[in-house]
Amino acid sequence: MTVQEIVDRCQALFDDLDFNAVKDWKAANPGGKAIGYLPIYVPREIIHAAGMLPVGIFGGGDQLEVIHGDAYYQSYICRIPRSTIELGLTGRLDSLDGMLFPSICDVIRNLSGMWQLLFKDKYVKYFDVPQTYRDEIGGAFYIHEMQALREDLGKLGGHEITDEDLQNSIAVYNENRQVINELYDLRAKQPWQAPTSEIYLLLRAGMVLPVEEHTQLLRDYMDAVQAEERPRRDNCRVVVNGVFCEQPPLGLIKSLEMAGCYVVDDDFLLVTRWLIDDVPTTGDPMENLSKAFLHHSAATSAKFEPNKADKGRFLINQVRNSGAEGVVFAAPSFCDPALLDRPMLQEALNRDDIPFTAFKYAENTGQMQAIREQAGTFADSIKLWSA
Amino acid sequence: MNTAAPRKPSTEVIKEASMLKQKVMIDENFQRLSTSNEEGRKVVSTFVPGNLNELLMCFDVDRNFPEINALQNGMRKKSGRLIMEAERNGQSEDVCTYVKSDLGMIEQGNIGPTGDKLPDPDVLLLSYTGCFTFMKWFELVREKYDCETIMLHVPYQADGTITQNMRDYVVKQLKDDVIPTLERASGVKFDIDRLRQYLRQSQKAEDDLVWILQSAKNKPSPIDAFFGGVYYIGPIFTAFRGTEAATEYYQTLRGEIKQRLADGLGPVTPEGDFGKEKFRLVVEGTPNYTNFREFWKMFYDEGAVVVASTYTKVGGVYDLGFRHDPDNPLESLADYCLGCYTNLSLPARIKMLSNYIDDYQADGLLVNSVKSCNSFSAGQVLMLREIEKRTGKPGAFIETDLVDPRYFSAANVKNRMESYFQMLEQKNATQAA
Ligand code: SF4
Ligand code: SF4
Repeated sequence: MTVQEIVDRCQALFDDLDFNAVKDWKAANPGGKAIGYLPIYVPREIIHAAGMLPVGIFGGGDQLEVIHGDAYYQSYICRIPRSTIELGLTGRLDSLDGMLFPSICDVIRNLSGMWQLLFKDKYVKYFDVPQTYRDEIGGAFYIHEMQALREDLGKLGGHEITDEDLQNSIAVYNENRQVINELYDLRAKQPWQAPTSEIYLLLRAGMVLPVEEHTQLLRDYMDAVQAEERPRRDNCRVVVNGVFCEQPPLGLIKSLEMAGCYVVDDDFLLVTRWLIDDVPTTGDPMENLSKAFLHHSAATSAKFEPNKADKGRFLINQVRNSGAEGVVFAAPSFCDPALLDRPMLQEALNRDDIPFTAFKYAENTGQMQAIREQAGTFADSIKLWSA
Repeated sequence: MNTAAPRKPSTEVIKEASMLKQKVMIDENFQRLSTSNEEGRKVVSTFVPGNLNELLMCFDVDRNFPEINALQNGMRKKSGRLIMEAERNGQSEDVCTYVKSDLGMIEQGNIGPTGDKLPDPDVLLLSYTGCFTFMKWFELVREKYDCETIMLHVPYQADGTITQNMRDYVVKQLKDDVIPTLERASGVKFDIDRLRQYLRQSQKAEDDLVWILQSAKNKPSPIDAFFGGVYYIGPIFTAFRGTEAATEYYQTLRGEIKQRLADGLGPVTPEGDFGKEKFRLVVEGTPNYTNFREFWKMFYDEGAVVVASTYTKVGGVYDLGFRHDPDNPLESLADYCLGCYTNLSLPARIKMLSNYIDDYQADGLLVNSVKSCNSFSAGQVLMLREIEKRTGKPGAFIETDLVDPRYFSAANVKNRMESYFQMLEQKNATQAA
């Protein structure tokens, strides 16, 4: 397949707000169940081990007309819960047999209760994760939470999930993460070859495709882009931060690139890269998943940083490792986690003399002019500064 | 509508003995805090929901509650400029104004609401109960001080129950993390018998508080369970739960209310006796503190009394049966943290409010949705609809903020309330006919 063909396929999956890919999967797997999950992280290995399709729900984007959803929320609450409700109330999520609401913020937390009330026939679980990182404390709690999910899904699927099932699924997701990391490395080295507007679509495809198929698609893409010479521009290199929940419109990502910024690392769709290292495929799978979460996972606003000195460290490492020259803070309007975290991260960047710029967006932001100008000015200043 | 001429706001506020007692307690605590650093007493800052006041007292530390400082600054009309200060220093206009009021205050020299200097904290005890913003709040405060932060992660009651796993998790954190860190920071060894003793005091005060809140089941209600309720919860939600002073305060208050009941009187308002009770409301959400009296007046001028509220449950839901238990001290502290109002699921909150409407024979529900607080606000529209459906009682929805004066529009709120009262009046008249 050519790059264009792959990107077109991902774009079609991205545009399809009826989740036909899920319906197709169900048609091909009679009796198979699909479980939706919201940002930022759930151990998809458990869903996969149950023989089910994990489906990432990241709001309605800028193409969905939100009619019902707005009637559930005050104007000062972010967009993603209202468009998610819209997707649900308009029957677009009917192919999902359940929904997981990870512990990310009070909005998603409360949305889990709304879902219990609005979709009474569906499996709904608020998936809590520990904010303390000792194995015998946070780990013990987390293993219980995962075990509860494992049992629930076992019941829903009609068969117990064995350790072996889990180990196999862990291996499958390890592979997916490895390939995504390779893709990120490729982009960091040659961002003109693998632009973020494409990488983003590829990752979004992973929200609806079976993981094995997604891994193959990523490989095909890397092969295809390496076979092509793509035009290189004189862009600066930036890390984008704050986009872990409500998604910016695709147009915003394109605008950043057009304004002269190559995105070389980011916190888009963190579920795909949350665990940093491979999870061991031998031994107790629950314990392995727990240890990976507690000791080898990404930093983000929804997670407590126990050491003051380490606040911002993850972001700075992203900058250093990707060879970025600055950071673009993009946060959804009214997002307490991202917006409250921002000044602390900016402080950490200041200490390390890393330049940044910051703005807010909504998933349905239509006008990109201001953002394009801001990003353009930022890119110019970096180029001047480094000249 | 109430045809009697509205009372003019008087400058002299009517106060009962319990109110004066509470004022002394609060002032003394602020004064104590103003000398903590100089006099070598350790200071722990902590949040209201899920606070471990009895446990903290075991380590002889002074307790500072940033939320209380923010609301007191709101009441004293100081929060607006503090919030702007925080925004000037990089905080977004979108985020919780309690946090910004606190950060602005720290930036401006950390002078507390009473004008006394607040101390630098030695420990930030982050009871992560019912609100994610707490976590960011103390990460932000930690940036400004060289102090320890203890995270006490309290899982969310998403399915409306406290599981053994949740309880074990909180108890383990208390035993292995919170207590050893407090021992180290304070230099005081933990004594569980001392904790039991404080919990015994808490129990007594909690019994009285529940009696007080439930006195609103009477007609007329002798209390206002939202505006008045804010005062009633003051001591027990903060630095005084577990102290003899708090126990005495609730005894005094109970005595006063008993007398009001015997006399067939309504609540005390800042302008004296309430007058005739016309509407009985349940309120969901927080108060607005910048225009507290003005807001309250919109109610009592119309003969509307609040008979139950959820705000008076943010620092502990006692009326559904929970009490601190000296026989199971750590487990009961865990259950306390897990059971605070904003840690309850939306369906549990709906059930609680629907029951209040029935049990307290309320005419309707008012939701005061605040811009600051996603923990309270996200989902309130659906809550209102569900409760209306279940109880058949009409609801009203208004929007203000806790401590940001820019989000309190007196004219809008008044209009909304007036049309709501009109509607209730018509409904009551139709029912009576
Ligand atoms: S965008 Fe921010 S506030 Fe909104 S649901 Fe996501 S994390 Fe929560
Ligand atoms: S979000 Fe709500 S509960 Fe949390 S700190 Fe702000 S006002 Fe308090």
